[in-house]
Amino acid sequence: MHIKIEPGRKHAKGEKYKYKHENISDINGEINSDLMVPDKKKINVRINDQDLTVPEGITILEAAHRAGVKIPTLCHLDLHDLQLYNKTASCRVCMVEVVDERNNRNKLVPSCVTKLQEGMAVRTDTRRAITARRMAVELLLSNHPNECFTCPKNLECELQSLAEELNVREIRWEGERMTYPKDISSDAIVKDSNKCIYCRRCETACNEVQTCGILSGIGRGFNSFVGPFANISMVESSCTYCGQCVQVCPTAALTEVYHTDKVWEAINAPGKYVIVQTAPAIRVALGELFGMEPGTVVTGKMVTALRRMGFDAVFDTDFGADLTIMEEASELIYRLQNGKTLPILTNCCPAWVKFIEHQFPELIHVPSTCKSPHIMLGTMAKTYYAEKMGIDPDSIVMVSVMPCIAKKAEARRPELTKDERNNVDISITTRELGAMIHEAGIEFAKLPDGEFDSPLGESSGAAVMFGTAGGVIEAALRTASEWLTGEPLKEIEFEDLRGMDGVRRAVVKIGDKELKIGIASGLGNARHILEDIRDGRADYHAIEIMACPGGCIAGGGQPYHHGNDEIVKKRREAIFEEDRSKKIRKSHENKEILELYKTYLGEPFGEKAHELLHTHFEERERI
Amino acid sequence: MKPAGEEFPKEKYDELNVFIESLETTKGALIEILHRAQHIFGYLPRDVQLYIARKLGIPGAEVFGVVSFYSYFSTKPGGKHTISVCMGTACFVRGADKILQEFREKLGIQTNETTEDGLFTLKDVRCIGACGLAPVVMVDGKVYGRVKAGDIDGILNSYRTKEVQHADKVPGGVK
Repeated sequence: MHIKIEPGRKHAKGEKYKYKHENISDINGEINSDLMVPDKKKINVRINDQDLTVPEGITILEAAHRAGVKIPTLCHLDLHDLQLYNKTASCRVCMVEVVDERNNRNKLVPSCVTKLQEGMAVRTDTRRAITARRMAVELLLSNHPNECFTCPKNLECELQSLAEELNVREIRWEGERMTYPKDISSDAIVKDSNKCIYCRRCETACNEVQTCGILSGIGRGFNSFVGPFANISMVESSCTYCGQCVQVCPTAALTEVYHTDKVWEAINAPGKYVIVQTAPAIRVALGELFGMEPGTVVTGKMVTALRRMGFDAVFDTDFGADLTIMEEASELIYRLQNGKTLPILTNCCPAWVKFIEHQFPELIHVPSTCKSPHIMLGTMAKTYYAEKMGIDPDSIVMVSVMPCIAKKAEARRPELTKDERNNVDISITTRELGAMIHEAGIEFAKLPDGEFDSPLGESSGAAVMFGTAGGVIEAALRTASEWLTGEPLKEIEFEDLRGMDGVRRAVVKIGDKELKIGIASGLGNARHILEDIRDGRADYHAIEIMACPGGCIAGGGQPYHHGNDEIVKKRREAIFEEDRSKKIRKSHENKEILELYKTYLGEPFGEKAHELLHTHFEERERI
Repeated sequence: MKPAGEEFPKEKYDELNVFIESLETTKGALIEILHRAQHIFGYLPRDVQLYIARKLGIPGAEVFGVVSFYSYFSTKPGGKHTISVCMGTACFVRGADKILQEFREKLGIQTNETTEDGLFTLKDVRCIGACGLAPVVMVDGKVYGRVKAGDIDGILNSYRTKEVQHADKVPGGVK
């Protein structure tokens, strides 16, 4: 099996380590910000037959990637924009050979964590390296359920793709198998430890990025698995259901609770009036599930697809977002003018709400009391809309399509019912909607554009911004600022509030007032801001927090990004594009919203609005 | 047998607290703290693990991950007497596995479990340094050498008899 590698076999004897200049490619830059330091020492190395000059400290994997040499990976994850780096080197799928001529015995090393050194020669293409990589996958498969056909990750599974890529045609070993019960305790996340391959991506997402500390490696050896404290179930833990673990899980060890059957059942039930609403971030990601370019805006096609699926009304959660702004901006102004608790924290994100309840119970009086947009829209559909159209509210089934897993659990919160009625009955993810459209045989890319139904379908550009980090606060400021000054905004886009950085601070001038704004996306970043507030180090007026790094565009329920954060950036651009394309870009200019207040709700932040559109939180234990 | 969710006196938590406070830093000291906690409480019940997690400002799952990794740590209360069967090389070649199996059958428990009456905990241990007496069984501090399957009833009964004598003197004692 062993093949001797001669690193300089292309060169004449004695020239092995003389680097031909015309053959040297400098692969410095763009790999990793700390490798871009100009005075970083350069080293000369060789990967397969390419002589390279690389910055010191670079791993074999990074250098190979830049030099156009593909090395498969599984556990490795390097998401710079989302600040998620998983470098556990646990899967051994990226093994390569480091040439050791002196001992005439090349060494197999994991390329993801092995740093290149001066004069090092690496072979990624030997039989031995390829066999080692394939064997790592074969061993994983020997203890993996063979149920790809019916697996929720079928054709989205990274282990499955690797088996195909590495030409695995046989599982040569039969051994003991894991037999853990599936954890279906929560309304949001399913944990199936039998499909876990111990890559530890979920642990990194949960502990390092989100700082929730729910998932940990438990036990040792063959009997180890990933789970919460003391083997409690997910629902007993302090999990926020943000779904970042689901987003990065390479297999189906962590998935969402599937509700597609429930939706079909409702659509086909006699006497039910089934309404669907779609969140701002769906329209910029759904197309990816039908082979469209990331960042394609598919609002019109999505509406047509939903109508063809049989929904009785197709509404836009953006309407709920505009309504949220009317309430939240009023609440901000009320708090500012009456010396009430500041800062105000936006609370559209249910994972973030659960985070503060568990992790900072002493601060639960700080967030705005507004319900989240899909819950507000659900409430309005079963009250205002039902009355207006003469529909029995009990016959209404409200389905929300969310980029989110936590929304599933939010919809089940006991306080979010009105007269024993659920505000939202079923919440599904972008991925589930994609699966349903496929299942219905609808050719998505060929669909004509449709329009949302009235009167809960109109929305402003401000509302669509809810889909990305910084968007909610920008939307709120567009309204609050015009209400406070009584003058139209000169510059509608708040550039200072935009960016992919996890924590952003900005001062916004409104009339003669200066408002200090904080924005955090990712719960680890939110933790920093909350600690500042708790310890009295912060003097913000308003803060926006979203649980997922980058906001809902990178939500746990969105199409899997498979480790490519460029996709998230494109979705973000599409959100801004959608905002700019709207005729109305401020929530308080949405005519259907104004009509709703005039004929039904009365004053924003008034008595009826309080009764229908506001909620409360609960102190919870941290486990 | 001690009930699950047992409440411990405040003094025990105070003792643990004093130890944690005495450390220069708690960073990297989790295993040391767990050792001390097990010494104080006898085992590491859920509440003690959570107490340590909150005291150190780390997730409970992280503490449990460490506790569940090392066989030294126990999350269940031990029996009154600990039977350790040596599985070191010398004992093993002289049939320690058969001795261990015999104990399992006689006590009706697996390794690292405690009998229902709370009297015995069965453990397999690595070399205890008495290879000349292989196979070796240790009950609490007492070493039994060249143990044969036929000796096991005698060993167990000697501890059971002590209990009965003890229970006769103390009302409400273990029967």
